Amino acid sequence: MDQFRLFPPQASTTSHEVDALFFALTLISLFFMAVIFLPIIFFSVKYRRGSSADRSNPSSGSFWIESGWTVGPMFLSLGLFAWSALVYFRIERRPANAIEVQVVGKQWMWKLQHAEGKREINELHVPVNTTVAMTMTSQDVIHSFFVPAFRVKQDVVPGRYTGIWFKATRTGEYHLFCAQYCGTQHSQMVGRVVVMEPTAYERWLKSGELSESVVLAGERLFHDRGCSGCHSPNSQFHAPLLQGLYRKPLPLADGTMAKADDQYLRDSILQPAKQITAGYPNIMPSFAGHLSEEEIMQLIAYLKYIGDQAPPSP
Amino acid sequence: MNNATSEADSMKSATEVIVDRPGEFARENYLSIHHGVKAWLLTKDHKRIGLLYLGTILSFFVIASVAAALMRIELLTPQPKLVTSETYNKLFTIHGVLMVWFFLIPSIPTVLGNFVLPMMIGARDVAFPKLNLMSWYIFVAGGALALWSLIHGGVDTGWTFYTPYSTTYANTHVISMAAGVFVAGFSTIVTGINFIVTTHKMRAPGLTWFRLPLFVWSLYATSLIMVLATPVLAITLALISVERFWGVGIFDPKLGGDPVLFQHMFWFYSHPAVYIMILPGMGVISELITCFSRKQIYGYVWVGSASMAIAILGFLVWGHHMFVSSQSVYAGMVFSILSFLVAVPSGIKVFNWTATLRKGSIHFATPMLYALGFIGLFTIGGLTGLFLAALAVDVHVHDTYFVIAHFHYIMVGGMVMAFMGGLHYWWPKISGRLYPEFAGKLAAMITFIGFNLTFFPQFILGYLGQPRRYHIYPPEFQIYHVLSTAGASILGIGYLMPLIYFIWAWRHGRVAGPNPWRATGLEWQTTSPPPEHNFEETPIVTGPPYSYSPEKDADLNLASL
Repeated sequence: MDQFRLFPPQASTTSHEVDALFFALTLISLFFMAVIFLPIIFFSVKYRRGSSADRSNPSSGSFWIESGWTVGPMFLSLGLFAWSALVYFRIERRPANAIEVQVVGKQWMWKLQHAEGKREINELHVPVNTTVAMTMTSQDVIHSFFVPAFRVKQDVVPGRYTGIWFKATRTGEYHLFCAQYCGTQHSQMVGRVVVMEPTAYERWLKSGELSESVVLAGERLFHDRGCSGCHSPNSQFHAPLLQGLYRKPLPLADGTMAKADDQYLRDSILQPAKQITAGYPNIMPSFAGHLSEEEIMQLIAYLKYIGDQAPPSP
Repeated sequence: MNNATSEADSMKSATEVIVDRPGEFARENYLSIHHGVKAWLLTKDHKRIGLLYLGTILSFFVIASVAAALMRIELLTPQPKLVTSETYNKLFTIHGVLMVWFFLIPSIPTVLGNFVLPMMIGARDVAFPKLNLMSWYIFVAGGALALWSLIHGGVDTGWTFYTPYSTTYANTHVISMAAGVFVAGFSTIVTGINFIVTTHKMRAPGLTWFRLPLFVWSLYATSLIMVLATPVLAITLALISVERFWGVGIFDPKLGGDPVLFQHMFWFYSHPAVYIMILPGMGVISELITCFSRKQIYGYVWVGSASMAIAILGFLVWGHHMFVSSQSVYAGMVFSILSFLVAVPSGIKVFNWTATLRKGSIHFATPMLYALGFIGLFTIGGLTGLFLAALAVDVHVHDTYFVIAHFHYIMVGGMVMAFMGGLHYWWPKISGRLYPEFAGKLAAMITFIGFNLTFFPQFILGYLGQPRRYHIYPPEFQIYHVLSTAGASILGIGYLMPLIYFIWAWRHGRVAGPNPWRATGLEWQTTSPPPEHNFEETPIVTGPPYSYSPEKDADLNLASL
């Protein structure tokens, strides 16, 4: 009877929370179906044409009954809202101390890179009982990263970073789908998530050809692409130093404040004139078209790395 | 407005008030008075325009159904057998575009609404008969553009036209299809204005707002949405064309645009449009339930107000289509709570329909079977809507077959069942003849069974994780796809049967007489088929609607008429 399976595997912490809510909703639905369908069947039999049932004094409404079935479901729905919002909040809030994976979607494949530098296509290897957080973007149209066994899904939007996280609880192989229609081979933009024992994961991570870590790749780009020519203490150009910058509030030239998060750094690389740091001239060239999505992510990983360092004195 | 005295009057029993000449076919009627193609194409008669719409939307329904049938056959196997992925994507796009804009949105308003709204309020026509004919021509022009796009290779964006796929990456006829929908939208707006003005200005003497049949209330609420929401769709489609044609950066981030902005604009229209597609159906159900249980509606004011509440709240929930789009978490919460609240007025309607049955005298005629089927399917569709409003569950089932099943329960299980029920109910008025009752009941039951077999397995598929718009799928999902396809073939029979017996009954059905259902609405107080200007003299209304008397009608036998 495996082919008549009703539920996907429960393989993450989130999957238990979502399924609990799903079962509650199913029970409430069954309750309302009973409350509506049983009277309909009962009335249909009792008051069928020609039956001898008592039809005297039919009621055409009662304020209290109407109020009852207005207010009752309203409170019930508010309760359901609160429960589902709590779970949603946990799904959406990225936990600290997670394994970082970077994801780039394109027509029609998933390109993934682990922080250690290991790359994968349409496959994601992760250790069990470990929080994994992903930063995702698309280099063309909107895609959506969907792992049914984990009950998580997040659109992958060009021009933006979106995040998704999960903590797998069972080893095994699970479907990875693109859930947002993205063109001809949308249904082939699929893959698998392989959940492994931590030791097996470590072995896997070190297998195959070794590549530099994401931060090292970012540092190399920082020097090779000329970023360090301006953004360094002994530069002849007046450019802000980037050490200690990451996720810090930043005064802008127009008087507003920005937070130097991934999105801000990305925009600053591709559209430098969009948000100018207060006290600096608008002289940075755009790198749009000169850096791939992966390279931008590597650069940001490097900026994040040096974001923890104290800013050097000029 | 002294309801107290008039209510007592009307309680005399409906059947006494009504013109009752059973078995009489009005020789001089809106069909017989003019002949020839020209008379049809230049008609300003709302009844003939309703029939023009009926023919047009049924043609689109057939094309869109063929697309659905091809998809269901293809999905029998996990790997492709019949069509390429490119064709499959075009099939679901054509199915969605035609069903939404060229069948569901116009269905009840332009066919049943056009035909019966003026008669229900005792008017000789709509407020702007020429505008009414113009709206049909605009609709045909929009449809022609859509068909042109289809014949020249189709569109593969899905009916949602999500950017930047639709503006930059799709190599299909996006602009002409968007133009078709754009043009058809004006037809919707014109019809909406016409209905609003008709309802305000053309009511018969004594027909106060709270004596209006609930179908009129629902059409009024629908028309408000049509007039207020459709312009936003027009703007959105125009912006798509501007970006696609001239490369102006609006939605594509490569051009400096924002793809999620498109989703806000699209759903700002398309969620209210969902209510355009269901409110008129709810109105029809109120007519059917009262007539075939011979009962005054339970909670008239609540049912009518619920229509208006849905129309208003429906504008505030668009973001529930975007919980995983990267919209802010807090915006998601606001849209979630509002989506839960919009379920309340729908619930009120269902509870009141159920309560109406109590102490009635229930006739299981074909329209009533469709109405009861509607309540069943709409309830399931509505309750599964709660799953989608619940943020955390939506994250999992968003863009899966769960959503497909949910909205087909509302759109097909709800609106199409209501449309079929209404068509059977008013058919004697439209044609002057009865449809064959046994075949009607059989078709209603086949439709109900076929529908559930088609779409219930899709809830399970969706929760298992089957994404929508997938041409190829993992083999473990096959069994539910096979069940769904089997159901679709039964559903197809349920739709074909009425098509055949309605055509037969047009000439050969038994003569219906003015009021075969002994119904209280003004549309039944004139001959069948009605004369060109509906009433020989303007009716005067003295009481509330639905003044049926279940006690008196306990042994009434409608079927033997």
